Amino acid sequence: MSASLADAPVAEPNAIPPAPRARALKGLAFRSLLFLCLAFGLLALATLLYEIVSSGLPRLNADLFQRFPSANPRRAGARSAILGTVWVVGFTALFTIPIGVATAIYLEEYADERRWYNRALAVNIQNLAAVPSIIYGILALGFLVRGIGLGPSVLAGSLALTLLVLPVVILASREALRAVPNSIRQGALALGATQWQTVSRQVLPAAFPGVVTGTILALSRAIGEAAPLLLVSGITFITFDPKGLGSAFTVLPLQIYNWVTRPQDEFRVLAAAAIIVLVGLLLVMNSVAIVLRNRHQKRW
Amino acid sequence: MYDATTLNRGSEMSQAGRPAAVHLRHPETTPGPLLEAVLSLDDVAVSYHGVPAIENVHLDFGFREITALIGPSGCGKSTVLRCLNRMNDLVPGAEVTGAVRYHGQDVHDPRVDVIELRRRIGMVFQKPNPFPKSIYDNVAFGPRLKGRQSGLDDIVEEALTRAALWDEVKDKLKASAFALSGGQQQRLCIARCIAVSPDVILMDEPCSSLDPIATSRIEDLMQDLKREYSIVIVTHNMQQAARVSDRTAFFTAEALPNGGRIGRLVEYDVTAKIFSNPGERRTEDYITGRFG
Repeated sequence: MSASLADAPVAEPNAIPPAPRARALKGLAFRSLLFLCLAFGLLALATLLYEIVSSGLPRLNADLFQRFPSANPRRAGARSAILGTVWVVGFTALFTIPIGVATAIYLEEYADERRWYNRALAVNIQNLAAVPSIIYGILALGFLVRGIGLGPSVLAGSLALTLLVLPVVILASREALRAVPNSIRQGALALGATQWQTVSRQVLPAAFPGVVTGTILALSRAIGEAAPLLLVSGITFITFDPKGLGSAFTVLPLQIYNWVTRPQDEFRVLAAAAIIVLVGLLLVMNSVAIVLRNRHQKRW
Repeated sequence: MYDATTLNRGSEMSQAGRPAAVHLRHPETTPGPLLEAVLSLDDVAVSYHGVPAIENVHLDFGFREITALIGPSGCGKSTVLRCLNRMNDLVPGAEVTGAVRYHGQDVHDPRVDVIELRRRIGMVFQKPNPFPKSIYDNVAFGPRLKGRQSGLDDIVEEALTRAALWDEVKDKLKASAFALSGGQQQRLCIARCIAVSPDVILMDEPCSSLDPIATSRIEDLMQDLKREYSIVIVTHNMQQAARVSDRTAFFTAEALPNGGRIGRLVEYDVTAKIFSNPGERRTEDYITGRFG
């Protein structure tokens, strides 16, 4: 009896036993699974980027930016598409930001949530954000291009994209406004600020980084949209710069789509080069959004 | 007279086996009868979404006095405070009945501009709520609302000086208000309030998120401010009410037959009397820690 006690491992009554091996293995397995999921996404993205950059890089030169589309792939460029994208997205921003922010301010700061119509408005804006973009294209074609006779113009294109991104901008701006603590509003009102002074001098400046970030991210979605503009613009063979709101136009996604469907391999290379430009634009916009967000990070 | 009551209370307290922890700091200010009311409540009742929160409140707040509102949670002291500058207007579903008078004028009179009312009756909140701007811009916010652009430097300096914060922040006026400690932030909020030259300052548990040292600084500050402003303070801390106030109103939450609770004013008197010789049994039970 006494011998077996001596042979036994530490028999301290309060000793904590080592962790079972199975538990450590389970933890490792779960961790690996999570990493695999991450790797799947990253790998897909890396393959895509590699494929595009390696095939498009030879044509990523000044010609791409300076030349207009042409039936001869060696002389073709994406100048009108790049400028068209800048014009259309620029005007989209111009239309979206004031309307979207004003709507968000109304819903968040002024609307009485107990009224059914204000709740209905809010719910419907969320639904609109989920409507497929081709629907907006059909609406724009029927109403803007043909109905009120804007034609396949920059104005019609940017209005179509405005309709598309407006719900997203409104939702993002509402989130940003809601993140401003009520104590700020109460503090301002208790000092004798009117509601407009409270919103314009305290709430909106405090929400500004969130509003800008949300808007840029929404616009970067608009930049990659082909479907609605395909219906509005219809044509991709534009051999002149956009000259104004009434000008015909094409945009990068449409030009890329057009080139990819051509039989000649050289057009595919051209498409890859244009994709690099598009992805580059997206990266720049998203970086600006991230920098703005980080720089103005607020603690309350 | 003051000494007599203190002694008297002291003996009562020790008889009851409770610590005589209440110190009245400023015996010379112990007031006589209330002569001039800056604000008065006449049969005021407030309900939220039809559920009554307080009712039948009659209360006069003395001019250039500090009035403390005390009572257990849910007794409606903050609700009373928010009637005075009509902050209850901002609470959805809030309904105030009865008369709230400011220098005799009913604040709910449609001819009264609520913006002007709130400039005259400033408010300091429970949690310091500086604006996400610089120290300077926080204080200058109120004057700028009235379109003031010149002489702001002087206003800011004076307000910060009166709030006993100037020496600590004069070299960093452009720094973010969030860089200040909690106690400094609360004094900044007081400075912000003073900068619009109010007549009354309402304080809703201004020290509840502060440490004892910061609390004591704010209490000292209140004694200075009392010379020029009338102050109404809601506090959970009975020692604080005893230390700083001239008069104390004790509220309690009473159970209703329908299972709800409603806040009522139990007793209102000179602070020294409330804490030494309260007229109501419930007041005594509360201030001696038997309930609440």
